Amino acid sequence: MAKNKTIKVDYLARVEGEGALYVRYDDAGVHEVKLKIFEPPRFFEGFMRGRDFREAPDITARICGICPIAYQMSSVHAMEDALHLKLPPELHALRRLIYCGEWIESHTLHIYMLHAPDFLGYPSAVAMAKDHPAIVQDGLRIKKAGNAIVSLLGGREVHPINVRVGGFYRAPRAVELKPLREELLHARDMAMNTVRWAASLLFPKFEREQSQQYEFVSLSHEDEYPMSRGQIASTRGLSIPASAYDNHFREEHIEYSSALHSTLIERGAYFVGPMARYNINYALLSPLVRQLADEVGFPPFCANPFQSIVVRSLEVLYAFDEAIRIIDGYRKPDAAHVTAEPRAGTGYGATEAPRGLLYHRYQIDDSGKIVDAKIVAPTSQNQKTIEDDLRLMLPKFMHLPEKQLQAQCEQAIRNYDPCISCSTHFLRLKLEQAPRTGV
Amino acid sequence: MVQPARTLDSMNGKARLAVWKFTSCDGCQLSLLDCEDELLQLAGCVDIAYFMEAASDPAPGPYDLSLVEGSVTTPDELKRIREIRAQSQILVSIGACATAGGIQALRNFADVDDFIAAVYAHPEYIDTLKTSTPISAHVPVDFELNGCPINKRQLLEVISAFLHRRPPQVPAHSVCIECKMRGNVCVWVAHGTPCMGPVTHAGCGAICPAYSRGCYGCFGPKENPNTTSLCDWWQQELGAEKTVVIENLRNFNAADPVFEAASRRREDGGGQE
Repeated sequence: MAKNKTIKVDYLARVEGEGALYVRYDDAGVHEVKLKIFEPPRFFEGFMRGRDFREAPDITARICGICPIAYQMSSVHAMEDALHLKLPPELHALRRLIYCGEWIESHTLHIYMLHAPDFLGYPSAVAMAKDHPAIVQDGLRIKKAGNAIVSLLGGREVHPINVRVGGFYRAPRAVELKPLREELLHARDMAMNTVRWAASLLFPKFEREQSQQYEFVSLSHEDEYPMSRGQIASTRGLSIPASAYDNHFREEHIEYSSALHSTLIERGAYFVGPMARYNINYALLSPLVRQLADEVGFPPFCANPFQSIVVRSLEVLYAFDEAIRIIDGYRKPDAAHVTAEPRAGTGYGATEAPRGLLYHRYQIDDSGKIVDAKIVAPTSQNQKTIEDDLRLMLPKFMHLPEKQLQAQCEQAIRNYDPCISCSTHFLRLKLEQAPRTGV
Repeated sequence: MVQPARTLDSMNGKARLAVWKFTSCDGCQLSLLDCEDELLQLAGCVDIAYFMEAASDPAPGPYDLSLVEGSVTTPDELKRIREIRAQSQILVSIGACATAGGIQALRNFADVDDFIAAVYAHPEYIDTLKTSTPISAHVPVDFELNGCPINKRQLLEVISAFLHRRPPQVPAHSVCIECKMRGNVCVWVAHGTPCMGPVTHAGCGAICPAYSRGCYGCFGPKENPNTTSLCDWWQQELGAEKTVVIENLRNFNAADPVFEAASRRREDGGGQE
């Protein structure tokens, strides 16, 4: 009677990178859930050893083509921590501005092109555009505005070239930001409509029982919705500086994944990303964002991961609001960067990538060579939570036909906007097998 | 089994486009989705038959045009690239991973003794190859589009060229030419900033000099570059240390034959290559 069934997705679509899903269940319950990550490792932490500290932002950007700014930001903050460098507020604001661009670009890609097709029942945004051209065109337009920020400040959308340890190579003149501001004003209106549209979608009902509640983890800063400053905080009372990360979090190696699973020591799985930021820092969102949340009836605390698409849309609106605020207050800094002279030390950096907390740690020697590097990406931190979600939600969806059940599982994975290319490249592995082939 | 590839002449209706990922950061295939103004128009001109990052309804081959991102780093990828080649009428490698092995080709320079001395803590990774190699090391490639990342305008040009059966207009001259076209002040001449521009393939639009920094060679070597002279100038006239010269040859296109040979010569021979 309790016949074993499996859900197998050999290659997950509409996520960045290569992953698969395996679920074994029967009428009695779910027996096995594996989010398999088969993306080949690239050994960044290995080959960064011996490289110059100034190269860290350019090299680590290449970990992820979707969120290169996040890698640049965490790496420069870690290096500046090691070098005891302090940046003036104008440079901090410029960094926040480029980060806004990446949040918009990355979130909008996910909202419209990767996640929306699940809600509306299409295989892709291109297919969706045939029936809903206006929705897809709006998404592309909003995404373009985010990319315009990254391009202007960074030189190009993917792997920008202007970020350096100590600041930027060149700071824009105020007049260069003027046309951008016009574009952002228009796109912000569209982003308000995105919130209204996202909130009107039909969400699968899923909230965890009291005993299985998520522990949300994000940066928290008293003055600002967190991007690159503040303590690492959680909904269960964690509050630590980035330098204490290794004392509280542990990475485990799971046999079926080329990404490490990260857990809170003695607490287990946790949840990073837009929902964590939103739930911990709601009060620091701009009045416009809170007003929109209120208008669409979206609560200040969201516990259904299927609604993460609404949270992303609110963060996109926030990023536009914040970018416009920064541009309005912009004065070209006297120097585009503060000078970074090498000195031996260890530095820690934690910033909020679009997908959540991104931790970097570097040890450098007195000539500025990297001695040791550690990077923990958001998706490896969410992996265990994604698996737990599938395990807990499947019993509620067992009545669905198999194909629909599988689609529901895939959608549940996309709730986290997993970036598999990111999560994989941090294996602290310095070994490889001798070549088997004549390559 | 694999069917014989169709010729573009026999295309029945829209050309079938496939986008493949090997070992990479996803940034080059993202460039296609970053064509916000052109994406829907492109989707009207071609049938996007296989693009896992964007669509969950992959269609079987054969394909008229395959864009391949990423380098070959696993035995499975060795096998997969041959299957893809067999199903593709035209195969274009996009980006530094696919054309030169990418940043992950830094493993090619690592000391083998380190690997032997290391402990096998993760036996499931023994399938990882010792080297990261470009697509052209394994199958014939019809065109290589340089860049880390590629330029999305050039990507559209390449797609358009193959659909119209004409050669892509992708200049192989240096970043220096793009600097002149953009009206940049030369960072080398004016500020003494070491710049890879004279030996680096055009395509980015000379963005680094436009942002007051020297080019770091992410588009790989231009046609017939004089790397020896460039490296000598860096060291002798600009006071750059040898390690800095080597690091600039050995980053995102480290395993490109021209840059690799130059960096190895510099490593072995000191001043002169």
